[in-house]
Parts: sequence; C-alpha cells; structure tokens
Amino acid sequence: MNSYKLELEDVSKTYRAADGSLVHALGPVTMRIPNHRFVSIVGPSGCGKSTLFNIISGLLDNSEGAIFVNSNRVDGLTGITGYMLQKDLLLPWRTILDNVILGLEIQGTPKREAKAKALPLLHKYGLKGFEHQYPAQLSGGMRQRAALLRTIMYDRDIILLDEPFGALDAQTRAMMQEWLLDLWDDFQKTILFVTHDMEEAIYLSDEVYIMTSRPGVIKRHLTINLPRPRKPQIVTTPEFTKLKEEALRTLSEETLKAYQQEAAV
Amino acid sequence: MSSEADVVKSGGSLAGLRSSGKPRTRANALKYEVATPKPWLVNTGRFAVFLIVLLIWEFGARTGLINAFFWSQPSDIARTWWAGVQTGAVWEDTMYTFRSTILGFLLGTAGGTLLGLSFWWSKYYARIFEPFVIMFEAMPKLALAPIIVLVFGIGIGSKIAMGFAITVVITTLTTYNGVRSVDRDLVRMVYSLGASRLQVFGKVIVPTAIPAMISALRINIGLALTGAIVGEYIGSERGLGRMIFYAGQTYEISLIWANIFNLSILSMLLYLLVGKLETMLLKGFTHQ
Repeated sequence: MNSYKLELEDVSKTYRAADGSLVHALGPVTMRIPNHRFVSIVGPSGCGKSTLFNIISGLLDNSEGAIFVNSNRVDGLTGITGYMLQKDLLLPWRTILDNVILGLEIQGTPKREAKAKALPLLHKYGLKGFEHQYPAQLSGGMRQRAALLRTIMYDRDIILLDEPFGALDAQTRAMMQEWLLDLWDDFQKTILFVTHDMEEAIYLSDEVYIMTSRPGVIKRHLTINLPRPRKPQIVTTPEFTKLKEEALRTLSEETLKAYQQEAAV
Repeated sequence: MSSEADVVKSGGSLAGLRSSGKPRTRANALKYEVATPKPWLVNTGRFAVFLIVLLIWEFGARTGLINAFFWSQPSDIARTWWAGVQTGAVWEDTMYTFRSTILGFLLGTAGGTLLGLSFWWSKYYARIFEPFVIMFEAMPKLALAPIIVLVFGIGIGSKIAMGFAITVVITTLTTYNGVRSVDRDLVRMVYSLGASRLQVFGKVIVPTAIPAMISALRINIGLALTGAIVGEYIGSERGLGRMIFYAGQTYEISLIWANIFNLSILSMLLYLLVGKLETMLLKGFTHQ
C-alpha cells in the first residue's frame, strides 16, 4: 500500500468535563510518518500534545479518526509503541537492571533471559556500574538513560518521547541529545518527540510539527533538511538560524493566543 | 517612605545599635548542642532512678507513709513473682497471652492488608465499603469484648478475635491509603508497556503499599496485645490479663504488680521483635 510507519487520520479528542460540558481538546490531527524518522512536535502548553501521545500509545481512546501502524489500524491498542515521559518513572524498589527489563518481563520473557539481553546494552550505553544500584542513587541524567533504555528494550518500532529531557540541566541535556541520536541510529526506531525547545526540536529532527493552541491542530509542518550527522555547532549556522526563526515566529503567535485564551477565562 | 530613607542615609540608629551590642556568642556556644551523652553514664542514671523509686516505695510502705494494702511493696511483689516463676505459672500465662497476641496480630495484619489492597480493584466496591470501614474504625473495638467472648468462648479463640478486630481496620485503612498514594504516571507507564491489570497490581500497586503496610506492624502489635488482655479480662482460663483481673478481684495487689511486670517484659519483647522485622522489611523493600 504505502510506506508510512505511522499514520494519524483526522484524530481528535473530545471529552466531557466534570461540569458536563464538552471539551474539544485535540484535533483533527493528520500526520504521515515514514519509517526511521525523527519527528518533533512543538506547541504551546496545554495544546494536547500529551493527549495525542496517550491516544497513539492506546492509553486513551480517540473520539474520531484512525491510527495506523504499518497500515494496520491500532486505535485503542496498548503495547504498540514505546512511551517515555519527562519523569523517569523508574520503580524505586527495583534496581536499574530490573527496571530496564520491566517491559520484557511484562511480555513474559523469563527474567534471566531478559537480564542477559539488557546487560550488554546497559554497558554500551553508559550505565556500566549502575546495574545493581537503585534509582535514588543515580543522577537525573542517568535515570533518564535508564528510562530510555527501558523503552528501547521494550523493542517497539515507534517510540514516543514526551519531553524526556525537560527536567535536566543544559549540559546534561546536550549530552543526552547526542546519546539519543546514537540510540536512534543504532536501533533504527521511529521517534516522536515532544518538546518546548525549538532549538532542540530542529537540531534532533527530520520533521517538526508545530501545533496550535487548544484544541491543538497542526499549524505548520517543517522538513529539516540539514545533513546528518549534525554537530552541536550547527545551531549557529545561517540555515539553522533561519529555520529556527521561522518556526519560533509561528509558535509565538500560538503561545500568545493560548495566553489570551487563558486570560479570557 | 521618607523617614526610612532618612535613617538609611544618616545610618545613625543602625550604627548605634551595632556599637552598643556586646559580642554574645563564644566559640563553644554550641557545646550543649553537639555533645553526645556517654552511654555508661546514661545507663547508670537510668538504673539509679529505677532503684530510687523502688527504695522510696519500699521505705514508704514499711513506715506506713504509703498504704501497703492498696499499693503493695517491691519486696512483696518480688516474692510473689518468684513464687510464680517457681510454679511455672508465670511462664504459662505469659505464653498464653503471647500466643493469642501473635495470632491476632498476624491474622489482623494479613486480613487488613488484603482488604486494603482489594479496594484498588473496583472503585464502586471501594466507594460502597469505605464508610463502613471508617464507621468500624471510629467504634471503640474494646467495647466489643463481651460479645466476642460470648461468641468465641473463653478459650484462646476470643483473644485472637479481639486482636484481629482491633488491628484489621486500621491496617485496611493504612494499606488503602498506601494504594491510593500510587503515582498515576507510574501506572500509566506500566500500562503503556502492555501490562494487564493484574500485572499493574503486582508490579506497582502492591510494592507501593508495602511501606504503609510495614508502618502498620508496630502499631498493630501493641493493639493486638491490648485486645488480648481485654479479652482475658472479660473471660479466660489463662493469660496475664486474666491473672491481673483475678488478683484485683481478690485484693492480691502484689500479684497484680507481678503480672504487670511480666506484661511489660512481654510487651517490650514484642516491640523489639516487630522492630527488627520492620527494619528487615524496610531494608528489603524500599530503596528510596
């Protein structure tokens, strides 16, 4: 049929609020994402990015529209995508190793086998020596690594990352971005990445979607044709700056709109 | 506004304040805050206090300052206690109370834990039963003792039932609170890994509630002991509570004290035991 990995066809979400009124939170959103793309979604706060991710991951039903993975309809099915949030959400009573294999364990892989699979990955991706420590003993960056490896170990073609680096300091964040690009390349995943940081979005992505304020629809779709591998210095080149300027202008209109909506309430 | 500015400009009053104050802190001002008491001195002090109280009591009873009929006296109590040790009665009664306490504690804690966890399964079920649990918690369970003894008889069953009744509700509430404190994002994450409801329960809900459950242990052991003793007051064949009650009825005050002494020892041992268990469990389960 076609070669898209993930397709969203007019996906929207309306829910009934506590006071009985209908709230239109999202959409309709249409996206067509080819295999092994790095796609970022940027939008003002409350535009429904997290709702969108919840729908794609099957945790939430979409009110209308359809979701296809490899041309199969998957609305409302969990376990199709890997999902990671800003909070690392490591289980504090489990060691890093036990946390990383959680997805495999839930799928029924024997623990021993899962651990044998996970250990080389932990070693390769910077968590050597931390396998048997507990999350509380690790720094924020290390915990995010573990959380991301857990998502990778879960071994789904599509990975949803909801502001994974939002809580990290600038240096750790820059390091984690490089690390993420390595992972993405090594494992040939398709990544959907939500961020507030336009520079991060452009630097990492092949495509950037900019969303409007609530109800979130897609306002712009930018294709980032900067050559890979990209060096961190690329953010100072004229091509990059031009893209960023254009994107930011679009975004700031929406942010202002969102702010005015909120002020009007 | 202007007056403030004046003060700042002239600096008069502030400067005056500064020069008038003498330095108040010395280098060893924190001497009493950082000092750690010497253990041997503390222990000697404690023993001395204990001894002095006994001596005053004994002296008062002998001179008639304290009515020995109502208060008894240490030498008499020691004699009564020793007689009990020799006949083996002390041991039997203590073991009886120990057994009923431990069984009531275990059943109540286990039952409360299961109930508390079960509330996670259905919101309707939890909502419907919550007020009843709270009602039962508000009721003084000791007041149930006469009924419980009537229903379960004067054997060990009624003492266990008392311990159970008094611990099960508080454990239910504590566990349920633990369950409710679960991080919803954690649950969401585990679902996103394709987990079933049962897997979420086993991998997130139960471990989350464990610290709350552990904290209930220490409270429960004291409650179970109280329950067992009150059960023995109402009607029993054996036990420390029964002995105390019996001695009270027959005005054998020294026998009351001797059994209270045994009860205190038992209570301390139980607390030590549960304290050890608590430390072990906490070490094993939480790594925050």
